[in-house]
Amino acid sequence: MDFSYTEEQTLLRNSVSKYLADNYKFEQWRKFTRSDLGRDAAHWKQFAELGLLAAPIAEEHGGLGGGAVESLIIMEEFGKALVVEPYVPTVVVGGGFFKHGGTDAQKSEWLGKIAAGETMLAFAFAEPKGRYNLADLSTTAKKSGSGYVINGQKAVVIGAPWADHFIVTARTAGGQRDEKGVSVFLVAKNAKGVSVRDYPTVDSLRASEVTFENAEGTLIGTADNGLPLIEQVVDEAIAASCAEATGCMKVLVDTTVEYSKTRKQFGVPIGKFQALQHRMVDMFVHYEQGVSITLMVTLKLAEEAAERAKAASAAKVTIGKGGRFVGQQAVQIHGGIGMTDELNVGHYFKRLTMLDTLFGSTDHHLKRYASLS
Amino acid sequence: MDLSFSPAEEAFRQEVRAFIAEAKPKLPKGLGAAESADRSKEDYLAWHKLLYKKGWVAPLWPKEYGGTGWNVTQRYIFNEETANAEMPTTLPFGLSMVAPVIFTFGNDEQKKKFLPRILSGEDWWCQGYSEPGSGSDLASLRTKAVREGDHYIVNGQKTWTTLAQFADWIFCLVRTDANVKQQEGITFLLIDMKTPGITVKPIIVLDGAHEVNEVFFDNVKVPVENRVGEENKGWTYAKFLLVNERSGIAGVARSKKAVQRLKEIGEAETIDGTPLIDDPDFARKVADLEIDLAALEFTELRTLAAESKGHMAGPESSILKIRGTEIQQRITELTVEAIGYYAYPNERGFGDNAAVGPDYAIGAAGHYFNMRKTSIYGGSNEIQRNIIAKAVLGL
Ligand SMILES: Cc1cc2nc3c(=O)[nH]c(=O)nc-3n(C[C@H](O)[C@H](O)[C@H](O)COP(=O)(O)OP(=O)(O)OC[C@H]3O[C@@H](n4cnc5c(N)ncnc54)[C@H](O)[C@@H]3O)c2cc1C
Repeated sequence: MDFSYTEEQTLLRNSVSKYLADNYKFEQWRKFTRSDLGRDAAHWKQFAELGLLAAPIAEEHGGLGGGAVESLIIMEEFGKALVVEPYVPTVVVGGGFFKHGGTDAQKSEWLGKIAAGETMLAFAFAEPKGRYNLADLSTTAKKSGSGYVINGQKAVVIGAPWADHFIVTARTAGGQRDEKGVSVFLVAKNAKGVSVRDYPTVDSLRASEVTFENAEGTLIGTADNGLPLIEQVVDEAIAASCAEATGCMKVLVDTTVEYSKTRKQFGVPIGKFQALQHRMVDMFVHYEQGVSITLMVTLKLAEEAAERAKAASAAKVTIGKGGRFVGQQAVQIHGGIGMTDELNVGHYFKRLTMLDTLFGSTDHHLKRYASLS
Repeated sequence: MDLSFSPAEEAFRQEVRAFIAEAKPKLPKGLGAAESADRSKEDYLAWHKLLYKKGWVAPLWPKEYGGTGWNVTQRYIFNEETANAEMPTTLPFGLSMVAPVIFTFGNDEQKKKFLPRILSGEDWWCQGYSEPGSGSDLASLRTKAVREGDHYIVNGQKTWTTLAQFADWIFCLVRTDANVKQQEGITFLLIDMKTPGITVKPIIVLDGAHEVNEVFFDNVKVPVENRVGEENKGWTYAKFLLVNERSGIAGVARSKKAVQRLKEIGEAETIDGTPLIDDPDFARKVADLEIDLAALEFTELRTLAAESKGHMAGPESSILKIRGTEIQQRITELTVEAIGYYAYPNERGFGDNAAVGPDYAIGAAGHYFNMRKTSIYGGSNEIQRNIIAKAVLGL
């Protein structure tokens, strides 16, 4: 057993964290997340230059040959800086679908583009009524000539305003919620019949409602049998998002402990009050548990489906509970200042709140875990 | 002991309902139950003015100053009916904070000058207690007032001052003696916000609203006649106000309505085609919340009943603050959970104001974030626990 990072992995972490410390400061973040674009276009290019987008992609497709551990490292650092760029939708989800389901031609085209930073993808899977069931789809795709035409509406597609292509889940056969009959498609945003309504999210990302009206799509993977592929990729995305959450938790634990040492009330630093000490210890415990379970799911992603799924749901539940506690208590222990838009603390709290919803809530994953046990 | 309402009380309930039915259409649209600090001054005051006309704006005041003279049960009924109808709330700073201090400790002049204008809504008040260095440890406050002839000269800074941007007056705790025990050198001043030397700077909170402010005092001249009670006795008045603030904070009637709303969301949202409310996990959480609320409601009723027999609420009223705010926070948290993905959109970002997703999702996440304040202000929940530990349990 060995939980140590390789030298390359440590270098990767250092280079991400240095780049973000120099170029992704909170004051800068406040400005560009409120700009029209919602991000600073320079960063994605730099992420490509630094090899972050290529890190988990195979060398034969233009990547650096890493895997889920590299994504974990990157997302943990991204979480610490509240990075808004769509690493998970593009590299983890997009990259995952092509890697596991793409044809050779799709692999070499798309994995290469992803690694080079030439594309941004968004994952259009949720629907207004589907909640967290990945097979609960009203969006349909019908064969037409050599491709498919897609009809339906996708809800809260994160990163969609920045994306050039969508990865879309749709029903090709069977009834609503049937496990069989689900397929995955690549759809160009500028394809005929695609319309979007863009908006900011409460955690300073951008998202869209995406509507497909006879829009043309290309199949990824096998027709009608896409659900296992979707579940695999979503579990990989869950692992990466859990890493992001641990990054957020880390900042909140450190910031809160630090603040409690300097903020004085009743003539002493508030960190001297035992009620708060124990609370901060619990925050720290939640963070450590989060780190552990994220490592667990990351290392189990390659196991057989049920084992992988259990690990992903376990991580989601642990992070969901821990993230909520850490976020709420960080605000509480900061007092009034924790309630302000000007301090970073509230923004981590918001991101953690929304990460609990993404890819299924704590309750959803508790059920999924129980059903697999 | 008896839980039922008398015919006279039922008749009162009908009267309240009739008034609400008549008043509701006169209110500006969109003044829902959900608190949002984005309203205009007029919007905030619309309900206040209607209540004033009816003579119902000050249930907590003695009749002689324009109060309703209602007993505990009538107040309970009024709160329940207005919460059920999702009427706005009146702001507490004038009506339930400074006014009781003025009619309890103020002189006749002050009562005559200020109370009618608070009642009518003509004067907007804000609360100048907290300072950057003095939050939980309020008595350490440093804003200084130095007597010069028939004026005090005030210098210093208040912060977290809710809605000070609209205020005509601020009631302030100021330090008038720095050489005695902290609590014994504080004075309670009423300050006209138009006085030269006052600057108000906005603070934006987590839901993006301009809810609080910093208020700076630079050689602000305050006539001595605006001092309430005696110099250096301000802490006594301040504490009296804080206890008042605490008892109103349980918010039971509003929480009951919010739970009902949550259940409606549970009916509308689905898991695999069945209503969320039928999901055992969700149903248990809602039941848990309702049970907590029932226990809180009867704790509040016990307190009120004791009060009506002349026993002023003591330190145990901190229970109401702790549980009331925890329940309010839990409701907003569960609401976000119930909504799922449509909690993501930030409604402040919609150019055309039309929401994506269901109407009940609008602002739900912002409301959850915002309600974290309730365990921080009004004496944080940690401070309330300290009060119970010390003053009730004798620890
Ligand atoms: C939205 C909002 C509106 C407000 N409106 C007003 C207003 O209109 N007027 C006004 O005067 N003030 C207002 N306040 C201020 C509010 O009363 C203070 O924020 C509150 O008293 C806490 O003070 P602080 O923010 O300085 O936190 P601190 O006192 O610094 O507390 C930080 C943390 O330490 C904890 N702590 C402190 N002492 C102890 C202890 N002895 N034991 C255990 N834990 C402790 C606190 O509970 C808190 O968790 C408002 C605050 C907010 C957030």
